[in-house]
Amino acid sequence: MAIFVNQNTKVIVQGLTGGQGKYHGLRNKAYGTQVVGGVTPGKGGSDVEGIPVFDTVATAVAATGADASFIAVPPKAASAAILEAAAAGIRFIVCITEGIPAQDEARVYNTLVRDFPNTRLLGPNCPGIISPGKCNIGITAGEIAELPSPNKKNVGIVSRSGTLTYQALYELKQRGIGVSTCVGIGGDPVPGTNFIDCLREFQADPETDAIIMIGEIGGSAEEEAADFIKANVTKPMSAYIAGVTAPPGKKMGHAGAIVSGGKGTAQGKMDALRAAGVKVGQNPTEAGTLMAEIVAALG
Amino acid sequence: MDLFEYQGKQYFARFDIPVSPGGVAVTVDEAVKVAESAGYPVVVKAQVQVGGRGKAGGIKLANDADETRLHAGNILGMDIKGHVVKRVWVEHASDIAEEYYASYTLDRAAKKHLLMLSAQGGVDIEEVAAKDPDAIVKLHIDPVDGISEAVARRAAVDARIPDKALDGVAKILVQLYRCFVEGDCDLAEINPLILKPTGEVHALDAKVSLDNNASFRHPEWDEYRATEELDAREQLARTHDLQYIGLEGSVGIIANGAGLAMSTLDVVNQVGGSAANFLDIGGGANADVMAAALEVINFDQNVKSIFINIFGGITRGEEVAKGIVEALSRVDLRAPIVIRLDGTNAEQGREILANAGIPESKLKSKPTMLEAAEAAVAIAKGK
Repeated sequence: MAIFVNQNTKVIVQGLTGGQGKYHGLRNKAYGTQVVGGVTPGKGGSDVEGIPVFDTVATAVAATGADASFIAVPPKAASAAILEAAAAGIRFIVCITEGIPAQDEARVYNTLVRDFPNTRLLGPNCPGIISPGKCNIGITAGEIAELPSPNKKNVGIVSRSGTLTYQALYELKQRGIGVSTCVGIGGDPVPGTNFIDCLREFQADPETDAIIMIGEIGGSAEEEAADFIKANVTKPMSAYIAGVTAPPGKKMGHAGAIVSGGKGTAQGKMDALRAAGVKVGQNPTEAGTLMAEIVAALG
Repeated sequence: MDLFEYQGKQYFARFDIPVSPGGVAVTVDEAVKVAESAGYPVVVKAQVQVGGRGKAGGIKLANDADETRLHAGNILGMDIKGHVVKRVWVEHASDIAEEYYASYTLDRAAKKHLLMLSAQGGVDIEEVAAKDPDAIVKLHIDPVDGISEAVARRAAVDARIPDKALDGVAKILVQLYRCFVEGDCDLAEINPLILKPTGEVHALDAKVSLDNNASFRHPEWDEYRATEELDAREQLARTHDLQYIGLEGSVGIIANGAGLAMSTLDVVNQVGGSAANFLDIGGGANADVMAAALEVINFDQNVKSIFINIFGGITRGEEVAKGIVEALSRVDLRAPIVIRLDGTNAEQGREILANAGIPESKLKSKPTMLEAAEAAVAIAKGK
């Protein structure tokens, strides 16, 4: 088991003929992901190293039976690409595009909710998702993810930051702790999938024994997650929140990472998570160490 | 990007939101010229992006050219909470019957647009929210639907806006929403939104914050970018296209990834130091980017040590190391570097750094984030 994606997931890459799409799409395929096709308008009928390219998502889905899409197109084209994938019946969309205007993101999110309730969007501006050994969609380096083992305790990861996601994978690998699924939800103001969506799945996933959550300043997603954890999550958790020292009113690299009007501070988020029974580390390594202790205690 | 009041009003005018006739001036003579064409009496307003202008003496009424000259002379160059006034906005003074408040933002938790409307304007809305929360109407708007004049009118009724102002307010709410959405604003706020004794409703102030991600479809934003108040370090970073935010501390920071960069600031703080900046060099981290980053850090006279924190994912450790060695041959640094290189091929990267012939006094390598932070802070404190 794993959450959202597994060995049966069939992926198409929207933007497979572009620089990013080709590089990461081929890496994902080399990892073992079923990358069954690509979509680039006007390039249907060609192929990228043996992967067939289609003009539209609908034709790609009809020909390949794909149920997931990896979107690696520029910000101008990303909103239309997401809605095209949803309209073609894609169940799981990963959009790594950084720099989509917030107004577009809000409109796309609400369109999906209303017209395509069975489609899940991960991102935009996210590193993607990896269920180690089964499926890797996005830009995560597969080799830093420890495979889950049926004889040991395995951990699920959910994170708003790309490099801190890798850091978390690496901390666990150093300690020989397997990962069920690692989800990067991204650093934009309106993420398609939030912490709660992932926590709910991890709680239900028999392969996941414990959860690491990595948040950052801005918004209230961590506080809402804390409320959800208190009420619904029985699996042990550790967490880390970046941006304790971030000055207010500045966007710290990510469009969503901003403390405004005294709201969205790291301290407030850490307090909320602690109150929900989560062990909170002062830095990513400490969150890893805390998880190692949790896993050891689980036996 | 935050706009000055005068830019916000010009932006409002693009969407037909009524504002007072006026203009911007950078000299006293210009101020008088603008005042003459706006018609006396005029208000001379300091253009700074900080609250409390009025209390600081940055907003004055002038009845003639002499008074305009006097006030503009005093206000131009004035220091308001650390912001030096470079421009004044001069507009025809409005007679005010009532003052309201209106704004649109994105509510991240609800993932919908949020209209806030109150019949109590002209004061800090946070204060109204604290004292009399019922005085503010908060209405979520689905971005797919937008807002109609009928819905806007109902919101105005709920906010206890008096009958005589309802039509004007509803109309401006629709116009302001268009400005917020089509104008790609993070925030579009009018405080105060005034009712004149003659019955017209118009925007007496403008607070607009633009979403930088949308700049590709707004060529008209170039002029706003030109007046953005950046410190010299931030200006240099912008010429190199770097994600840089200047801070006050003594440890220069370079990291790959926004989350890791934030985390690096935190760890430096945790071991008793303080960061001179936030700098995310992104995924690539090649020699050119690294050299540009080091150049910007080196420009900051407060920097006593430099902490490079790199986690290799797809970016490989040996490529990062080569980039640093190459960059060091191009930039003559004042402060020593402490580097933590981890992740994919980190071992090879560390080896390259160790064998590059760089003296230990200039470059130290540490295996973990925490140890590297401790070393960088020790150097910054002269230990």
